[in-house]
Amino acid sequence: MGKTNDVVIKIATVNGTGSASANGLLRKAIFRMGVPVVGKNYFPSNIQGLPTWYEIRVTGDGYQARSDRLDIMVAMNAQTYAQDLAEVSPGGWLIYDSTWPRSKLLDRDDISVFGVPLSRMCNENFDGARARILMKNIAYVGVVAALLDLDLDIITTLLEETFGDKRQLIDSNMQAIRLGYDYAHAHFSCPLPMRVEALDKTRGHIVIDGNTAAGLGCMYAGATVGAWYPITPSTSLMDSFHAFCRKYRVEPETGKRTFCVIQAEDELAAIGMVLGASWNGARAFTPTSGPGISLMSEFLGLAYYAEIPAVVFDVQRTGPSTGMPTRTQQSDILSCAYASHGDTKHVLLFPADPGECFSMAVQSFDFAERLQTPVLVLSDLDIGMNDWMIPAFEWDDGYVPDRGKVLGAEDLEKMEKFYRYLDVDGDGIPYRTLPGVHPKGSYFTRGSGHTKYGNYTEDASAYQDVVDRLLVKWETARGLLPKADIRYSRFNSAAVLTVGSGNAACVEALDRLAAQDVNLNYCRVRAFPFGDDVREFIAKHDVVYIVEQNRDAQLRTLLMLDIDAEPAKLVSLLHYNGIPLNAGFVVDGVLDAIQRGQAA
Amino acid sequence: MSYIGKPKVTHPGIRRNKLGLTPRDYEGTVSTLCAGCGHDSVTAAIIQAVFELDIEPHMLAKMSGIGCSSKTPAYFVSQSHGFNSVHGRMPSVTTGANAANRDLTYIGVSGDGDSLSIGVGQFVHAIRRNLNMCYIIENNGVYGLTKGQFSASADIGSKPKKGEPNRQEPIDPVSTALSLGASYIARSFSGDKEQLVPLIQGALKHPGFALVDVISPCVTFNDHEGSTKSYKHTRQFYHHVVDMDYIPPAKEIRAAYDEGDAMPVELHDGSRIVLRKVDKSYDPTSRAKAFKYLREQFNAGEITTGLLYLDEERPEMHELMGNTDTPLSKLPYESLHPGAEELRKILSGYA
Repeated sequence: MGKTNDVVIKIATVNGTGSASANGLLRKAIFRMGVPVVGKNYFPSNIQGLPTWYEIRVTGDGYQARSDRLDIMVAMNAQTYAQDLAEVSPGGWLIYDSTWPRSKLLDRDDISVFGVPLSRMCNENFDGARARILMKNIAYVGVVAALLDLDLDIITTLLEETFGDKRQLIDSNMQAIRLGYDYAHAHFSCPLPMRVEALDKTRGHIVIDGNTAAGLGCMYAGATVGAWYPITPSTSLMDSFHAFCRKYRVEPETGKRTFCVIQAEDELAAIGMVLGASWNGARAFTPTSGPGISLMSEFLGLAYYAEIPAVVFDVQRTGPSTGMPTRTQQSDILSCAYASHGDTKHVLLFPADPGECFSMAVQSFDFAERLQTPVLVLSDLDIGMNDWMIPAFEWDDGYVPDRGKVLGAEDLEKMEKFYRYLDVDGDGIPYRTLPGVHPKGSYFTRGSGHTKYGNYTEDASAYQDVVDRLLVKWETARGLLPKADIRYSRFNSAAVLTVGSGNAACVEALDRLAAQDVNLNYCRVRAFPFGDDVREFIAKHDVVYIVEQNRDAQLRTLLMLDIDAEPAKLVSLLHYNGIPLNAGFVVDGVLDAIQRGQAA
Repeated sequence: MSYIGKPKVTHPGIRRNKLGLTPRDYEGTVSTLCAGCGHDSVTAAIIQAVFELDIEPHMLAKMSGIGCSSKTPAYFVSQSHGFNSVHGRMPSVTTGANAANRDLTYIGVSGDGDSLSIGVGQFVHAIRRNLNMCYIIENNGVYGLTKGQFSASADIGSKPKKGEPNRQEPIDPVSTALSLGASYIARSFSGDKEQLVPLIQGALKHPGFALVDVISPCVTFNDHEGSTKSYKHTRQFYHHVVDMDYIPPAKEIRAAYDEGDAMPVELHDGSRIVLRKVDKSYDPTSRAKAFKYLREQFNAGEITTGLLYLDEERPEMHELMGNTDTPLSKLPYESLHPGAEELRKILSGYA
């Protein structure tokens, strides 16, 4: 059961009916009341007419994950009414449009059902089919506002911010909200026992999705070339970069652009463009999702072997194949780590929320250029497209991009001869040159066998020399990449280890388990190859519960492959139905494993 | 690709260009292609073209995919950066490279397999973007490195060394490029350096996508009786319709051209291309007429060569996008982000 500032509301609507702005209004109003709030989208791979849901979790404790409870269902879609009714937790509430009669069969005696004649009220008050549909969705905002005691002044302010000086729009929206608000007050006892009470817990915070944050990060990182092929759920990342660039990357004197966004003909071309641009000295990136990674694989192998920087964002969705494009998963971990044929492996970064999408977007360019290799940032649909409340991230004006070991004209002038793939410094990272800088810098970039001098070879030892040196670079990467987020609760022998968006649910689960006196340590890996900190963490524990969102325990496999983690102590908790992970799944999984004796 | 060094031999009196460099300075490593391969003649034509254009070697970028043709960038201008990418994907790499640095001259060398089979999608889209590059297809109708399978440019009825004749329609890069709106389209023959060198020069100077389709016979797998891409067949059936001269800036046109036959076209840097019509009925500025003519000649078994289409007005990729004149890779980092204070303002919109 919900209680004050701990309420979960889900709104069931039809996509393409303007419900997104109504839902956003509710979520923002709660945030402006100083109460932490999270918003999750559950939407179809479709433009208009199919069921869609938005879930708002009011969380005074500031938890970020999806809840495993549902207190209030706003059932606006007759198509899914039965399913929506069934989903409400006992003791919860259901609001429906009572304009039309409802079958008695669709009832439950363990919840309260409120009927509000939303369509009728809107038909009486507004003209035109489109306006009536839109206003019906705005009207339920008023009902929820009454039930939860939301501040109407805040809602008015938000409408003013949205519509600016379009007074008529503000008034008609407020009129619709009032219809719902007044009806609720007249017919039900408002507010409900579970309500929203103003706090001061959102100051300094923002609500943002990961794709927007990552696109902004690319702009701040100084990326100038973005190449992409549209694919859900990564599309909004390039939209974000493009929009920020149109604002901040136009030369005032000439009106000309200092960025180049190219919509490629496919993902093969998108990554090819990124490699061409990076080879030529620009910071370049491509956002994609699983199917795109499959297509990019050949080029990623070239980039690994020819040592060309590249930044790829994989906003993971549910596989295999086309899978469920609008549902989340972490199932590209292995295909990204080892994308392409031959002995190939890639640096991965795992952001856990939009804040890290921003910071890791910036870092990814530094690592790619420092290490002269592709860096894949593995976000997912949950992070990329949902609304997360996070502390507003900051920018350090002292930041200097790490462009890596690039020789300039003066360096080359002084050198007798430049060789592309020599390990001069012993860290496995050679020096590179850019075209157009100096005749002495010229070399031939190729994916065919080459010597450390950059020449073509079919010689056994000259070939092996280079691929062995790449392993030295791999170890350099291991030491350079972000450390894991490790938390010790107290001395104990069991731990939870997760990655990316698993963080939110695991952190909440650890609190809940601690309340039951089950204390676990915690590790969230943030990069691949895994650092010594992860190796040591696993070694210290008898049991490590590996929580990840795929069927095949890909993170667990990677831990075994990369740092020889002992399989017997790695217990998998796998969540892969496409819905974001929640704390209840982790709590139940751990308790169940303990019961079965899989804990020390 | 060769790993055999080539001795630099110079002698007094050797030609030097404006940069004081000799043709030797534009050579690469020794070719490892078969003796008599058409591609080596194309390489020689490229060397001459680049030398005569006074292009600084390090300002040239040599791009290629995979195949016999794609090996050749190693055989010319060794002081240029080269990028031997993956099969059929040279256009996308060149697109990205050009996006990052528009100041370089890009020459892509591809083949009929690389451009018309595995890479036809990228070939098509590079044209659509009017990517500023010289795109050479060394067209021999077969896959050499895998020992003689037909490519997509093989003509109907052309006989392989072993097996059955080709029965599928060929993809003709010239008419494909014409239909897609390429702004500079030429065809030539590896055995006709006089025609080929100026065509490559014009292609290197043309501000936009410049295709040079070169019939370049494969001596090992496609030079026999019954092949339509052999030296013998090409020599017998190819004919010039429009030749061209490239005239550098501030150089007078010396050759005498008959009025009506010659068409000088001024390029943006003051240089000129002079088209010389061999066939007076041919109009290299009309896509529709050019297409009709090429199709008719093709049906008659003729190989039409020369500068077949030219449109100097179409904006290239950067112009289409409204990009700054400064290469993007050279913009100072400070100019690329609005700073901490502005980030605070941006994020206040998310509170």
